[in-house]
Amino acid sequence: MELTGAEIIVRFLQDEGVEYLFGYPGGAVLHIYDAIYQQDKVKHVLVRHEQAATHAADGYARSTGKPGVVLVTSGPGATNAVTGIATAYMDSIPMVVITGQVNSALIGNDAFQEVDSVGITRPCSKHNFLVKDVAELATTLKKAFYIATTGRPGPVVVDIPKDVTALRTKYVYPKKVNIRSYNPVVKGHTGQIKKAVNLMLSAKRPIIYSGGGVILDDAAKPLTDFARLLGMPVTNTSMGLGGYPATDKQFVGMLGMHGTYEANMAVSHCDLLVAIGARFDDRVTGNIAKFAPRAKIIHVDIDPASISKNVKVDVPIVGSVSHVLKEMTALVKEAGHGPNAEALGEWWRQIDEWRAKECLRYDRTSDLIKPQYVIDTLYEVTKGDAFVASDVGQHQMWAAQFYRFDKPRRWINSGGLGTMGFGLPAAMGVQFAHPGETVACITGEGSIQMNIQELSTCMQYALPIKVICLNNRFLGMVRQWQEFFYDRRYSHSYMESLPDFVKLAEAYGHVGMHIDKPEDVEPALREAFTTHKDRMVFLNFVTDQTENVYPMVPAGAGLEEMILV
Amino acid sequence: MRHIISILIENEAGALSRVAGLFSARGYNIESLTVATTEDPSLSRITLVTRGSEEIIEQIMKQLNKLVDVVKVLDLTEGPHIEREMLMIKVHAHGNDQRSEVKRLADIFRARIIDVTDATYTVELTGVGSKLDAFIQALDRSIILETVRSGVSGISRGEKALRV
Repeated sequence: MELTGAEIIVRFLQDEGVEYLFGYPGGAVLHIYDAIYQQDKVKHVLVRHEQAATHAADGYARSTGKPGVVLVTSGPGATNAVTGIATAYMDSIPMVVITGQVNSALIGNDAFQEVDSVGITRPCSKHNFLVKDVAELATTLKKAFYIATTGRPGPVVVDIPKDVTALRTKYVYPKKVNIRSYNPVVKGHTGQIKKAVNLMLSAKRPIIYSGGGVILDDAAKPLTDFARLLGMPVTNTSMGLGGYPATDKQFVGMLGMHGTYEANMAVSHCDLLVAIGARFDDRVTGNIAKFAPRAKIIHVDIDPASISKNVKVDVPIVGSVSHVLKEMTALVKEAGHGPNAEALGEWWRQIDEWRAKECLRYDRTSDLIKPQYVIDTLYEVTKGDAFVASDVGQHQMWAAQFYRFDKPRRWINSGGLGTMGFGLPAAMGVQFAHPGETVACITGEGSIQMNIQELSTCMQYALPIKVICLNNRFLGMVRQWQEFFYDRRYSHSYMESLPDFVKLAEAYGHVGMHIDKPEDVEPALREAFTTHKDRMVFLNFVTDQTENVYPMVPAGAGLEEMILV
Repeated sequence: MRHIISILIENEAGALSRVAGLFSARGYNIESLTVATTEDPSLSRITLVTRGSEEIIEQIMKQLNKLVDVVKVLDLTEGPHIEREMLMIKVHAHGNDQRSEVKRLADIFRARIIDVTDATYTVELTGVGSKLDAFIQALDRSIILETVRSGVSGISRGEKALRV
């Protein structure tokens, strides 16, 4: 049977098992929207801005491991989606973004709502396609899903001219595609893995530094088994939180710019650094010359280009982290012994000394609401089991520090690109994927206003997200840098003329709560998560304006050179 | 260090801009770049000359390999190889003296005169870059009308071949 291009797209998405399509209609995609209208298998979510569509698909992908799918129109639809595509690209999130394009005959003519979507998204997507022939539509879509979800995942853009969606051809679901130029490795090199295990067994002060790769490859269990078997301390990057249970005694917290004292000290003093699915980002390493200066480095990563990019490593292993971790675990078991117990005991005594500094302590007697206290209480009230989508700024770091994630895929944040406005739409994607689960969006009054229009989407789909807004009337992270490094010249970091968030939430049909006393924090959270369990609640916490995120490694300093509270 | 990198890439619209975009986005330099289809029309071959430390070249190789359209990458400078570049140069050729001087130089460099008018000669010369430089140097600068160089192409010596 012959189908139109538009019907092929929708049939393909059905056959591919896509549940949700996050999108926004427009001229170039009208045929596709017409095909969507005539079926109900793929559920379309109408956002209020294309950026939100990409973040929602991203949140869906991060919380499930399945690719997020986006549909936007040409021109401004595509350019609005770019921030979300770049966000997903930096964090290696599997996503397929279908952009409408003007008629083939008009491409290059500066037609209405025309942009070179393929050109614009080339540097911020894993790959992209322009479909010129309806006969290639189904295989191109299959290639897009295949590329997005394999190897180091990432967003793939498929640009489809309007005429291609109207033309007819025979449709057969392509079960498999073969791309001769794209063959991601899975299995790590056995010799290298042996070498790595030998180093680990003879290390005196080892530490595991794991990142987003562990989450993406569903390797939390193999990582946990492996780390426990060896008794080594584990630190996570922001992207890697939940990859190892945060409440476990072997966990020393996040590392890097706002990492814990014990994690940063341990990395600075270790004799073996085992990097797993992490990429030595500048927010993690600080001054690269002073990063893990005493250590041999093992690096396991699916992406060869991540290895020895920033830091020269001693034992590179290219492969899927879950696969390599399982192989390493088997080799350690085979060896029948762990690292030198006495040396490891000494190492742990040292780490416990660093821990005793309690670098994350804050004033619990203040008359003002401390933002850390809000997150601490959120953790208690949600029993540590919520999906937490975060925006970007101070609140993001406090969330990373104080919400102790024991499970993977629960911490949803824009780590690489640091996209303000990510939190609320990402939380929507998470809530769609997990309808019965508790979803919180930790944000600030700055970030939330970058995609606040999505409160309307939340109303349309009755999403019971709880927005935890840490409102300090400042762009907090900017203010913190200005306080430390710009002699307190608070240039444009003050948020004047804020809306009444309670009324705003109510205007969108949600519950709004205003909390300005520490003693009201817990009751308010309990009310939000129990009484209003099925409603969206916007909790506006008026927090201490002067609070900073500690510890802090100033830009350009080594990890040992932390500013402590 | 100077490196000659050969890239076998899908012959598709936009493939070249992926390579060029990668170099500009990551701040790598391109000294020269040539591209044409191979005997297999579905594949193009790019020869790219770049400079960088060992670490940078390693990253360039990895990043190129990471591009989905790139089928194979080879750093020719890692092994014995041959490199060639073609030059076409148009010069004033007025009167017997000037004409015979250009002809004589062309003969010395084993260049060929491929176009003649009563006022100009166009000379074609193939060789390594330094030979082309030397030829241009040897000519009287004031008679040069225009030059065009193809950029470097390269190939491995012996059995080694960059193919699918």
